[in-house]
Amino acid sequence: MLVEEIMNTESLYLHPGDSIEKALAYIDQHKIRHIPVVDEHHILSGIVSDRDIRDALPSIFHTRSQEEHLKKPVSRIMSFPVITANPLDVVEETAVVLYKNNISALPVTGVHDKLLGILTESAVLHTLVELTGAHQPSSRIEVKAFDQPGELAALTSIFHRMQINLISVLVYPGKDKTSKYLAFRVQTMDPREVINELKEAGYEVSWPRIPGMNE
Amino acid sequence: MMQEAAFVYSEKQLAYKFSEDHPFNHLRLALTYDLLRHLGALDDKSVIEPRTASDEEIALVHDSSYIEAVKAGGRGTLSRGIANNYGLDTEDTPVFKDMHEAAALLVGGTLTAVDLVMEGKAGHALNLGGGLHHGFRGKASGFCIYNDSAIAIEYMKKHYGARVLYVDTDAHHGDGVQFTFYDDPDVCTLSVHETGRYLFPGTGDVYEKGSGEGYGLAVNVPIDAFTEDASFLENYEKALEETAAFFKPDVIVTQNGADAHYYDPLTHLSITMEAYREIPRAAHRVAHKYCGGKWIGVGGGGYDIWRVVPRAWAMIWLEMTNQTDLLQMPLPGAWINMWESGSPVPLPHTWSDPKNMYPYIPRRAEITEKNSKILDKALYHIRNEQNNKPS
Repeated sequence: MLVEEIMNTESLYLHPGDSIEKALAYIDQHKIRHIPVVDEHHILSGIVSDRDIRDALPSIFHTRSQEEHLKKPVSRIMSFPVITANPLDVVEETAVVLYKNNISALPVTGVHDKLLGILTESAVLHTLVELTGAHQPSSRIEVKAFDQPGELAALTSIFHRMQINLISVLVYPGKDKTSKYLAFRVQTMDPREVINELKEAGYEVSWPRIPGMNE
Repeated sequence: MMQEAAFVYSEKQLAYKFSEDHPFNHLRLALTYDLLRHLGALDDKSVIEPRTASDEEIALVHDSSYIEAVKAGGRGTLSRGIANNYGLDTEDTPVFKDMHEAAALLVGGTLTAVDLVMEGKAGHALNLGGGLHHGFRGKASGFCIYNDSAIAIEYMKKHYGARVLYVDTDAHHGDGVQFTFYDDPDVCTLSVHETGRYLFPGTGDVYEKGSGEGYGLAVNVPIDAFTEDASFLENYEKALEETAAFFKPDVIVTQNGADAHYYDPLTHLSITMEAYREIPRAAHRVAHKYCGGKWIGVGGGGYDIWRVVPRAWAMIWLEMTNQTDLLQMPLPGAWINMWESGSPVPLPHTWSDPKNMYPYIPRRAEITEKNSKILDKALYHIRNEQNNKPS
């Protein structure tokens, strides 16, 4: 899946000369946490987060009003340069970018850094949830397999033989270097038979287990 | 004259049958009926013949193209490719002869129960053939073709203008009913189930709370695998009482899947007959406290059809008719003699389970703690609103 398929193209934006007060109103009214800042050619010049705005506000313990600070332009508090995404990036890559940089939104820019939209952490997470298939009625089976060619084919042929539809497959690295965990979401309410088949084929199926007994 | 409770049943309901070895087996209806008869707890005038639901009634929830596909499936004229698009002809929900008629009879049974209660002919009514909570608008899923509870709820809204609380204690999340009414302000769904981390259907997370006008009216209490009676009941009873106090329903529909029991082969909870004694008791209390007694019970899952389901479902009827003193007695010998030869496992002789039925669960304290945190999250918005009310 590509960023352009899940980005929000109707995102709000500010100009560098807009007041911090306006930015504050935007985040309060629209329940958002990031606002891109663009120049008169709609070219991205920075980003303002709710943190940046709160840093500019007086402490709640401050009795004397400091409203004059709110009249200052957002260019004083915005972050730049900005970490951005391209509409043709794949969603999994952007998840890595968000995670590595410890941020929760990416403005999406095209040619000449023109702002096209914004990609939020929750949109990325929603896509990952869809990739795991957790939104469709299914049971989950985890199988430990050797990290070698052909394992996935061998496993899926078992599901094929049993006529069980696969909703999703995730691969996790194992604790040791020679194994991997495959988490299947299968479209059946009764996975007993396929679990037996998997065990008979020599695979370790890691669920269900009694907690504390055989972990 | 109004009777205390009605038991909707006919042998014809057993026609809802996928195959000989399919885990969903409505022979459990006959086992339960026969147990109550031998117990002397079910007289002729309490047993009401179910009607068949019309296509228009089924279409209150389901797409007409789906109904047509089910009919074609039952006639053997549905190709596998098209069937699969509707969730039919799968391992879980195979096609079988006259499946539409069989499924429409189960829906009609729940509608019969609804009419008896809503027209004041019976205080409570039980249709154990219903409770097929996984059925979706245009798709069969998890052994369920038509979603009788969803249809009955929509029917009650339409014909009686009722606000309905749906309470689901099946071990699997009641996804079909929940998502049918996800944005509906007049229907509240409460489901207590094993977490979907591994178990079908995977939904029913505590953060699923409804949307739009129905926000806050889907309550989900996903409990951990290996949960035992005390923790299960604490979560169920608190969730039921607080949700009912908050929503103030006109009528309550309980789905009584009996597959959370330790013996059930499809799930991983560790509850016993003790919990199945208490589940209908709390529902009965809530029905009288908030709904003038209006309570419709349906069946649901339950895949140990010999040892678990007949006892659990008989207990619902005994509770509805205030005959729970009969639980002091052993199970009727005549019932055991009649069915024992057909059962692959020895039939129980008592209403309760043996003390050492399952091995000690080493992490009981952690599981209990985890479940109680989940309950707090599930009821957070309800408690918040109750506390903020002007006094």
